Amino acid sequence: MSARRLFTGPARLAAIAPYLWLALFFLVPFGFVIKISLSQTAVAQPPYLPVFDLAAGWNGFVAAFGDLTLDNYRLLVSDNLYLLAYLRSVMVAFTATAILLLIGYPVAYAMARLPSRWQATAMMLVIIPFWTSFLIRVYAWINILQHDGLLNTVLVGLGIVSAPLSWLATDTAMYIGLVYSYLPFMILPLYATLSKMDGALLEAAADLGCSPLKAFWLVTVPISLPGVGAGVLLCFIPIVGEFVIPDLLAGSDALMIGQTIWLEFFTNRDWPVASATAVVLLVILVVPLLFYERAQMRQIEGRR
Amino acid sequence: MADDELKAQVAASAATAPGAPLLRVAGVVKRFGNVTAVDGVSLDIRAGEFFALLGPSGCGKTTLLRMLAGFETPDEGAILLDGVDIAHALPHERPLNMMFQSYALFPHLTVAGNVAFGLKRMGLTRAETEARVAELLALVQLGGFEGRRPDQLSGGQRQRVALARALARRPRVLLLDEPMAALDKKLREGTQRELVALQRRLGMTFIVVTHDQEEAMTLADRIGVMNAGRLAQVAPPRELYETPASRWVAEFVGDVDVVEAEVTARDGARLTLWSDAACAISAVAPPAPAAGRVCVAVRPEKIRLAPRAAGEPAAAFNALPGEVVGHSYLGDVSLYQVRLVTGTLLRAAVTNTARASGGFAVGARVVASFAPDDCMVLPE
Amino acid sequence: MAASAARGLSRINMAALAFGLAFLYLPIVILVIYSFNASQLVTVWGGWSLRWYRELFNDEAMLAAAWMSLRVAAMSATAAAVLGTLAAVALTRAGAFRGRTLFSGMLYAPLVMPEVITGLTLLLLFVAVNAERGFWTVTIAHTTLTMCFVTVVVQSRLVALDRSLEEVAMDLGCPPARAFVAVTLPLILPAIAAGWMLAFTLSLDDLVIASFTTGPGSATLPIRIYSEVRLGVKPQINAICTLIVALLTLVIVAASMATKLTSARGESAAPL
Repeated sequence: MSARRLFTGPARLAAIAPYLWLALFFLVPFGFVIKISLSQTAVAQPPYLPVFDLAAGWNGFVAAFGDLTLDNYRLLVSDNLYLLAYLRSVMVAFTATAILLLIGYPVAYAMARLPSRWQATAMMLVIIPFWTSFLIRVYAWINILQHDGLLNTVLVGLGIVSAPLSWLATDTAMYIGLVYSYLPFMILPLYATLSKMDGALLEAAADLGCSPLKAFWLVTVPISLPGVGAGVLLCFIPIVGEFVIPDLLAGSDALMIGQTIWLEFFTNRDWPVASATAVVLLVILVVPLLFYERAQMRQIEGRR
Repeated sequence: MADDELKAQVAASAATAPGAPLLRVAGVVKRFGNVTAVDGVSLDIRAGEFFALLGPSGCGKTTLLRMLAGFETPDEGAILLDGVDIAHALPHERPLNMMFQSYALFPHLTVAGNVAFGLKRMGLTRAETEARVAELLALVQLGGFEGRRPDQLSGGQRQRVALARALARRPRVLLLDEPMAALDKKLREGTQRELVALQRRLGMTFIVVTHDQEEAMTLADRIGVMNAGRLAQVAPPRELYETPASRWVAEFVGDVDVVEAEVTARDGARLTLWSDAACAISAVAPPAPAAGRVCVAVRPEKIRLAPRAAGEPAAAFNALPGEVVGHSYLGDVSLYQVRLVTGTLLRAAVTNTARASGGFAVGARVVASFAPDDCMVLPE
Repeated sequence: MAASAARGLSRINMAALAFGLAFLYLPIVILVIYSFNASQLVTVWGGWSLRWYRELFNDEAMLAAAWMSLRVAAMSATAAAVLGTLAAVALTRAGAFRGRTLFSGMLYAPLVMPEVITGLTLLLLFVAVNAERGFWTVTIAHTTLTMCFVTVVVQSRLVALDRSLEEVAMDLGCPPARAFVAVTLPLILPAIAAGWMLAFTLSLDDLVIASFTTGPGSATLPIRIYSEVRLGVKPQINAICTLIVALLTLVIVAASMATKLTSARGESAAPL
């Protein structure tokens, strides 16, 4: 349709501003992280060496390059602390994502089977907590889980336990917080895929001899897999780098990588090590990130 | 009830009741809220016949089909397959299969996977399944398409896969829900012929639901016309067209000109009537006794037009004088609209059998006439 | 169940839905209730009281942080709305162009990238150019983060729009750009407004990125809440949280009504 082509010119112009913005504030910073990760710590402002001093000219530039070092990376590899943090992060993300899938799938399925006029309301009900402050929702759980909080009060009151248990500063509390915060991220893509499924497919399966359970397994589940993939990626990738939830809810004996970065940066004032940690985290996430981007592209291209 | 048990039972009862219909619908009623979609329908379907359920949208034909398939349960009545009531059996327990209007092909399976889907629970070996799939695809002329995916197929190809899939389990009856709805006209005609040939070859009972009466007439051995939840008439195509049971059926199936008239005399097999178009009509008496006010219906192609000279007396019976007010030339036929002296508009269809036939111009004065055998007397 | 149409809830489905929604809402409801608790202890219910709200309004530091957050949120949401809409237009109308893959990659990455990484990288940039950290750096950071949400919302509306409206405008004498501004822009305005509101709530809520990119004296509300929370549960926090929840709920309901966000059967949620 030639009318479409009339728009491509101005539309391309429209891309310039966001493109420049993103290049400057998204891409360029990555270059800085890599550079800082190769620098040395210093008690200075900014707290790292070398600093590329433009006034020093080309020679100063070259000299500064010589000061770059891989020491930070060697530290990461040698010190068990970091290795354990990476491992823990991946394991926690994996477990949390599995729990999210187990809880999110039935909820999304039920939502997709609601009569059409209720689906809009249901979706809004799922979205509202999501937008109502992440931090507050985590805090709400601290409220409930603290030593003299609601959960213990109920448990003791009902006689299920004799003395209040300590829920906070445990992995259990952290998982509750993670599942609670990320549930909408799992439900929404699942719901989007399930609600688009043609109801006649299940009737056809029944017509061809499948009991309802078999039809669910042979037809619904395979068709919902793209939604499952999207939900899994949307939860797994950010959870690996989570900071707030483990910081507030989990114990302080084992750290996740997000906490490590925060610690190195704010407490130890060791920017180079923090940067190196971040770079390695990025490398770990590259593969899932690429999967995610590919799924995104397919979505966008499919809708054009 | 398990799939195999029901099949055995059906086979057994078929042997004990020869001559009985294969499928009997007895007094089936279905309500949705305070709307009665199917209002006491009774119907017999014979083994090996191609039956069509025809009617306007909302008449209940699709609901009836879905009750046969098992996706709805009747509120009253029974559905007997070889004497066994299956009205409350679940869809996967019935030996009937349905071809869906939207085809409902499984997008995550290949063509072979779709066709083989119903065979999985029948205990065939892998080799047997593959052979059966190949046989079915050859039957619908899609040999070699095993590895394709539904989104790579055209509309007509998807329809064939849906058909092959529905035939895979060798059902006693195949139900088709508006099978041609998504096809364009040329494709539709070719597919209709193929479907009839296929049904003859397989000797299977087909029940098709359609709103297109031309399609019903092409496909079916017998047609059941439904209106507002009830069966208006069940008859072979010719009988439906030439001997409609009511004015509604006459008007729904094909075009018809209707003139209201009063019976004036009856003489054996002949009725004489005085029509509202101010002329006498002589007609064949219908089987049911007709008296008082009736409708006289004539199909447009049975009306003959002849030029009328002013002052010429009209024939005694079945001759309506009028003037041509509209003319559509369709190539094979010419459609004329004739306004009678009383103001009634009559449609006449004249086949252009000769290349040089001139036809009538708008404004020409004509006499529309028809044979007594060609008009149908119907109750009001 | 198989005998009826495919739509319809079984008991299991109802239970799953009810459990899921209860799980989502219960903690917040409890929080709201306890913000009115006259007693300081959670175990004791001291009756309804506005005591903590009163104390909240005397807390200078908290109020300053709230004001800071609101300003940052408003500014970054506006910038994100402009840039995000431009990006959406580019993605839906520009066809294939060089660097398109990179463009959409950069655009959608912040959706999943761990916030510590985004925060850290931005801070290093600011430090390298010797920028003074405070209101503007946080605003820039939030704009970058929330841009993609605006793009997602506007894009889904653009894609669903009837192109023939623009074609009619062009047929009647408008050059393409004017046709877009005169015809399409008003039609997607609700979507842009909804995107603005989403960006606003995200900015208001962000802790990690704000912590990295803010400067001395420019604490945002989440930063203040976080530092208080680290010291333990305090009833004043319940009060400020309830207020924020109320504000955000209002904004989100307004956003939903503005776009009929939810009626597009998950279309806008699909990339999420």
